[in-house]
Amino acid sequence: MSATPLKREVYLLSRIDLPDSHTLSVYKANGGYQALEKVLTGGFTPAQVIQLVKDSGLRGRGGAGFSTGLKWSFMPDVAKDARPRYLAVNADESEPGTCKDRVLMEKDPHGLIEGILVACYAMRVKTAYVYVRGEYRLSYERVAAAVQEARAAGLIGQKILGTDFACDIWMHKGAGAYICGEETGLMESLEGKRGHPRPKPPFPAGSGLWKSPTTVNNVETLCNVPFVITRGAEWFKSLGTPKSPGNILIGISGHVERPGVYELPLGISARSVLEECAGGVWKGRTLKAWIPGGSSTGLLPGAKIDVAMDHDSIREAGSMLGTGAMIMLDETACTVRAMQVISRFYDHESCGQCSQCREGTQWLAQIFARLERGQGRMEDIELLSSLANGMAPAKTICALADAAAIPTHAIVKNFRAELEEHVRLGRCPLGSAHEAAELEEAHA
Amino acid sequence: MSERPQLPERLRAEFSELLTHYPERQAALIPALHRCQEELGGWLTPDTLEALAEFFGLEPVEVFGVASFYPMFQLRPVGKHMVAVCHNIACELRGAEDVLREACRVTGAKPGQPSSDGRFSVMRVECQGACTAAPMLVLDGVFHENLATADVARVLGSVR
Ligand SMILES: Cc1cc2nc3c(=O)[nH]c(=O)nc-3n(C[C@H](O)[C@H](O)[C@H](O)COP(=O)(O)O)c2cc1C
Ligand code: SF4
Ligand code: FES
Repeated sequence: MSATPLKREVYLLSRIDLPDSHTLSVYKANGGYQALEKVLTGGFTPAQVIQLVKDSGLRGRGGAGFSTGLKWSFMPDVAKDARPRYLAVNADESEPGTCKDRVLMEKDPHGLIEGILVACYAMRVKTAYVYVRGEYRLSYERVAAAVQEARAAGLIGQKILGTDFACDIWMHKGAGAYICGEETGLMESLEGKRGHPRPKPPFPAGSGLWKSPTTVNNVETLCNVPFVITRGAEWFKSLGTPKSPGNILIGISGHVERPGVYELPLGISARSVLEECAGGVWKGRTLKAWIPGGSSTGLLPGAKIDVAMDHDSIREAGSMLGTGAMIMLDETACTVRAMQVISRFYDHESCGQCSQCREGTQWLAQIFARLERGQGRMEDIELLSSLANGMAPAKTICALADAAAIPTHAIVKNFRAELEEHVRLGRCPLGSAHEAAELEEAHA
Repeated sequence: MSERPQLPERLRAEFSELLTHYPERQAALIPALHRCQEELGGWLTPDTLEALAEFFGLEPVEVFGVASFYPMFQLRPVGKHMVAVCHNIACELRGAEDVLREACRVTGAKPGQPSSDGRFSVMRVECQGACTAAPMLVLDGVFHENLATADVARVLGSVR
């Protein structure tokens, strides 16, 4: 961890408490659309915008943490490739624990639109789709209304701000499948098909939506962009850590006093998120286990709470930053039960194309369920590991299989004693077995 | 014998506008399925799917294949009001099973089946993105968050 304290400055959520923060007039009165004006009328070429975003070190906030500027630079040269090109905005947010993009869309939709417009200018894209998960009714309505307002104000459409830049933004509603958050599943779904991920290569920049060059970016990633433009790469790098600059929205849920979405510099210690923001573990209890970045990142022991919330530090601690969604389990929670719920989710959401994933997620769900009920065997623990080894890394079309395998490895490594105790006692030592049986029955 | 089912004119007009947003027709299918479900009785009947197939120039089996992939689309009759209870991890840790049990008690429905009076369906659903306000349920598309078990009857009573 760095010796100097991290600089604290709120920007992403700086407007959300203003009355009517979702409207164009409030957005404009608080610095809105200045980044767009700067790039369109300030003599920035698209290549210069991409360079600025690269220099800022911004990394995607959708889970993988890939450099945003680098991703944009993969789009082919317009002089050599005349196909239409697209930006697909990933607003499918459905990784369990994650609810940050929703805050941005509900409270600051113009911030997203401005980020989209700057991205489209940089990549010479003329059409962007905002793929919003179907359940996010208010997010959809707020962004749709903001798109209308922006269109009426000449910020979307032809001759934007009186320049030759033209860009359309269309809203698109998903229908409740987690796999459509995976970038190629999203593209299939946007084309009106089942959300079956596509093998890569080809990568989206070469062949994406309708076989045309496409970039997929997360909502929070795009919301960072206007700030990078107006305040500059050096300012951005003054926040967070050298390898993970900027702020991140951290949602903290589960057994804490004040669950919520908080904006913090990358590299903040997980303990300070828990204690300062979330008011500590609820009911005066102690922390048994926690998930640092959504359900596909491995459970860590409570003792590892002093880790810094950035990509490298969490990897060293044995998990992943993912979507920055911290899920906290107190001393009364059962980690086997948690894995029963999580593995059931991946079983439900596997699209079924790859046998390792289709079969593997089903097996994991069944084994965790029987272990939790006290009907497991000691060999099941080895079976969990070998199944997870058969599923990942990179053995399937997309990373959903990895998302199921990773937390499985983590519980075997970090909470093996608790798995063994379930087998030895023939029941859940914490007494959640009765509920588990009921839960399975209802799910069948 | 029977005529091929057709979409109501107002939906056809709406979908024609939708088509202008995309380079290919089929892209409007999922938004159109949503609108049909909203406007035509809360679930997608075989007739609706067939009418959509006709509109999009697809085989009915293709439309069914898409609709059945997505959990938000109902392909069987549902109660008048839809209650969706999140049972994923953040909600589970804060009492989702109690909320579900209470929703079933208040409505008389079993998970996945409409209540016998046809007024409610209660569904288990995956994470709804309300994890920091858990546990939660969705009533007819509207989120109700930070629920105590005792709140469930009041929330569901609002549409009684
Ligand atoms: C199974 C799976 C689900 C995903 N779900 C989401 C999601 O809901 N939202 C999201 O932004 N990215 C999601 N991703 C990551 C996307 O594939 C992609 O990396 C991301 O949208 C890229 O945007 P970024 O570079 O701005 O982060 C998911 C990935 C996988 C493998
Ligand atoms: S890994 Fe799983 S979800 Fe991904 S494509 Fe294969 S079967 Fe589908
Ligand atoms: S886990 Fe229930 S809303 Fe996310």
